[in-house]
Amino acid sequence: MGIGGSDMYRQQILDHYKNPRNYGEIEEPTFTHVGENPMCGDTIEMDVVLDDDESTIEGVAFRGDGCAISQAAASMLSEELQGMETDVLEEMDRDDIIDMLGVDISPMRVKCAVLAEKVAQDGLEIYLGEKDLDMTTTEEDD
Amino acid sequence: MATTEPDILDIEAIRADFPILEREFGDQQLVYLDNAATTQTPDQVIDTIADYYREMNANVHRGLHQLSQEASIAYEEAHDRVAEFIGAGGREEVIFTKNTTESMNTVAYAWGLNELGPGDEVVLTEMEHHASLVTWQQIAKRTGAEVKYIRIDEDGRLDMDHARELITDDTEMVSVVHVSNVLGTINPVEELADIAHDHDSYIFVDGAQAVPNRPVDVEAIDADFYAFSGHKMCGPTGIGVLYGKQHILEEMEPYLYGGDMITKVTFEDATWNELPWKYEAGTPIIAGGIALAEAADYLDDIGMENVERHENELAQYALDRFAEFDDIEVFGPPAGEHRGGLVSFNVEGVHAHDLSEILNDYAVAVRAGDHCTQPLHDKLGVAATARASFYIYNTKSEIDTLVEALDDARQLFA
Repeated sequence: MGIGGSDMYRQQILDHYKNPRNYGEIEEPTFTHVGENPMCGDTIEMDVVLDDDESTIEGVAFRGDGCAISQAAASMLSEELQGMETDVLEEMDRDDIIDMLGVDISPMRVKCAVLAEKVAQDGLEIYLGEKDLDMTTTEEDD
Repeated sequence: MATTEPDILDIEAIRADFPILEREFGDQQLVYLDNAATTQTPDQVIDTIADYYREMNANVHRGLHQLSQEASIAYEEAHDRVAEFIGAGGREEVIFTKNTTESMNTVAYAWGLNELGPGDEVVLTEMEHHASLVTWQQIAKRTGAEVKYIRIDEDGRLDMDHARELITDDTEMVSVVHVSNVLGTINPVEELADIAHDHDSYIFVDGAQAVPNRPVDVEAIDADFYAFSGHKMCGPTGIGVLYGKQHILEEMEPYLYGGDMITKVTFEDATWNELPWKYEAGTPIIAGGIALAEAADYLDDIGMENVERHENELAQYALDRFAEFDDIEVFGPPAGEHRGGLVSFNVEGVHAHDLSEILNDYAVAVRAGDHCTQPLHDKLGVAATARASFYIYNTKSEIDTLVEALDDARQLFA
């Protein structure tokens, strides 16, 4: 019926928003990183555990607050990341996130969708010494 | 649900002037409630723009040919018409700019950068739009001046005791929003002007949400500067106004240099054109200026007192409807208190951006976000709000449609 928005709120998104997976903290994570999307006021903080040779993600937990798209994307990503090779994470881009969400994201909301992915990637790169950053911020254009 | 009270305005006749309101999305007719962002454009204004390009287009103030003369006269007379609309002394006091933001920056650069220094203070309010807040913040950083903010109370009104405390002999500029674009609060700008003048400070009033919605008389307010945008009052985008008292504009340096703003130029120096052209460098938005004058005619035909009553009535109706639901939080002065024609709100458990997307399914257009007032939203303790803002063509039944759509969002997120 709708003219755009309705598809964005298909059951899967709402389910992850209302019942986020891997929500919480991990004790002694390999790294923790935080990010925000100033436009929506979305925040995501993510704990990640890597295996001993630091090539595979063994555990993910996140905390956050914000719009349904940002929080559902974080929840879905937290499932996707379990067991993922770190170089696969580094290669992920917005198209992967939109595929993961399985819905069309309106252009204004792409920043919400990719926030968790950026937090995971930046966190990994900071941990590996490839990046120096306190907090991930999706640039603002409101 | 729907009220039986008759509308103040002949809404049917007004709506017929706005072709865009007939648009449908899917099988839903557009419900346009984002008027504080931009208003729609009536045929009369659209025709004025089209007629200008069909019949009169030429550059102003340069050609001796007939077209240029006609365009120049129409463009100059548009300044007279706008001056009349806001109670200014004449065209000398009406500068056409791009928008309210450019009007603000004109004074900030032309006056602020030259006149402010360490020890000077600029007093704003906590409900300032970024147009004013960011501009003065940056000018203060560059000049060493200090910015202070008049507090708002729990209902979004200015704390006038705090205003009297903050505005002192160190104050050089008081820059206040006339009507808040988030809270709908109508600020006592006459009183603030008195306080500012008692301390030999200028006052700049941001009237972006006031001029479109109520009678405004800049001389009665005794504003030194006053700014607004054409596109929020049935005019096109790209045209805004800076009003300034003539003696101040005469003393102030120009902000933009170039063609048209000069009288005599040598390789060594230049002298400035008379007001208001001294502040209108380069080829202006000629059709936009003429169209703004047409928008003023259009609104005056309806009557600004009627516009004001209609806006307030719709805002009060929206507040009443929202009050039926425990999970809707509204911001700004409570129901019953006269306000601008907008209501910002949140539905518990639904982020404003999600809300706006779902309302879009009902072809209901509202704004969601921080509405260019991030510090105010920090103060309100929310990241974002949804905002329904009304204009002359909106009806109570459209607000009913909004409320029904909100119920759907509520179900979806329950």
